[in-house]
Amino acid sequence: MASSTLAELTTLTCMFFILLVPFAAAGLSLMNVGLGRSRSAGHMMMASLCAIAVAGIAYFVIGFAWQGVVGGPAHVLNVSGKSWNWIAAEPFFLRKLSSDSWYASLIALLEIFSVGLAALIPLGSGADRWRLRAICLSTAVLAAFTYPLFAHWVWGGGWLAQLGVNYGIGRGFLDASGAGTIQTVGGLTALAVTWILGPRRGKYSADGMAPAIPGHNSVFVLFGCILALIGWTGLNTAGAMLFTGAAPTGAPLIAINTLLAASASALTAAFITKARFGKPDASLTSNGWVGGLVASSACCAFVSPAEALIIGSIAGTAITFSIEMLELRLEVDDPGGAISVHAVGGMWGLLALGIFGEFRGPVPNVAGNGLSGFVTVTGVAPEQWLAQLIGIATLLGFVLPLTYMANFILNRFYSYRVSVEGERQGMDLHELGAGAYPEFMTHTDEFLPR
Amino acid sequence: MKAMGVLMLPAGWFLVLAAVLLFPSPALRGAFAVVGFGVEALGLGLTFRSHLIPREEKK
Repeated sequence: MASSTLAELTTLTCMFFILLVPFAAAGLSLMNVGLGRSRSAGHMMMASLCAIAVAGIAYFVIGFAWQGVVGGPAHVLNVSGKSWNWIAAEPFFLRKLSSDSWYASLIALLEIFSVGLAALIPLGSGADRWRLRAICLSTAVLAAFTYPLFAHWVWGGGWLAQLGVNYGIGRGFLDASGAGTIQTVGGLTALAVTWILGPRRGKYSADGMAPAIPGHNSVFVLFGCILALIGWTGLNTAGAMLFTGAAPTGAPLIAINTLLAASASALTAAFITKARFGKPDASLTSNGWVGGLVASSACCAFVSPAEALIIGSIAGTAITFSIEMLELRLEVDDPGGAISVHAVGGMWGLLALGIFGEFRGPVPNVAGNGLSGFVTVTGVAPEQWLAQLIGIATLLGFVLPLTYMANFILNRFYSYRVSVEGERQGMDLHELGAGAYPEFMTHTDEFLPR
Repeated sequence: MKAMGVLMLPAGWFLVLAAVLLFPSPALRGAFAVVGFGVEALGLGLTFRSHLIPREEKK
């Protein structure tokens, strides 16, 4: 087959899978709406739209220039004779793209959707108290600086991807479809935002109790899970093809692994909640479902279906207990469970790749400042677990402080948290001037201070 | 305590980076990196603790 025909075929296949990714955004938005209060439902959906829009524009203006693609211009430090590629130097405003640069165009398309997905994650944590303008500000910082920087290190031929070539540590840090770059970065931003915002009024009382504030629509939440599956299938397949060189023929196995990880994770969460509370919890089960999807993002292209089941089961267990620990012991009020689902699930997926991953197909051979092509290697990579651990350490030791400081400074200039009166009234009426369900009966007790 | 917790996160990360740069031996490199990761975990614990809500502010 002629190389131009192959390129067109790969482009078309990738395009198909990339265009499924907005379903993941729709699913997450619905889940965030359903897990919040009814008086903030319209605000949450409006915030989701604004976050996707701001993220896309910020990524277009600055983000892509700093993320770049493998082999593109970049700033490189020389440390002990080894090159440390730390940030791309592409032109701003996506000026690199043309109809001939199909690889870069596909990456830009996938990333512009992915950065919107990452921007949605903190919304679930800041539900019912995070102001709309503050959401837009925080999203702009995420999409223009935090996300592209880490994405360059992993997907743009940066120093994390070069760990294998430079230091013989496995095949460098691998993240096929964004468990680290999208999910964990979003989850850690959610943690930073939650710390800055503080809990909702009435969440923690002086007597040490933390009453549950249940979501208002479990149907939205569970339907969001189904939409998320479609989106994640596209995200995982497109990511594996673009960033790890997976062939289009590998797409069915990636989709199977994605579904199996989500299924095992959701069923584990349902089983644990049934065993502990007498009935399966819909909210935690749906969190388990998405957590399984998140964990699968790192390793879906490198594990067998049986291993995907194990990875999903462990994700479901970790997420269920993490949500409880964050809420009850660490007093982190995260209505959407975003920190546990995306940060804990994402980091587990990255580590699982180091434990279970086998490389049967091509993986990127990142040498020096660029990609010299995809090479076919087989077997388990020695020290791959260490490469993954270094990536996770970078997320916790660099990305979390960076996003925390950035949001802390923004909060000093423009307060993130809505006023007490606004929180009591509900974000819909206070910020948008109209409720999401104007014809529904209002429960007056929701408006009383707790 | 909050500042110390947040500062311990990059401190642990620098230890992990130092392990990559300084130790060619896989065993030593792995052990040093795990220690760096441990420092990060301590920093994370400290940061969580510093964000606990004081009793008088709970309402």
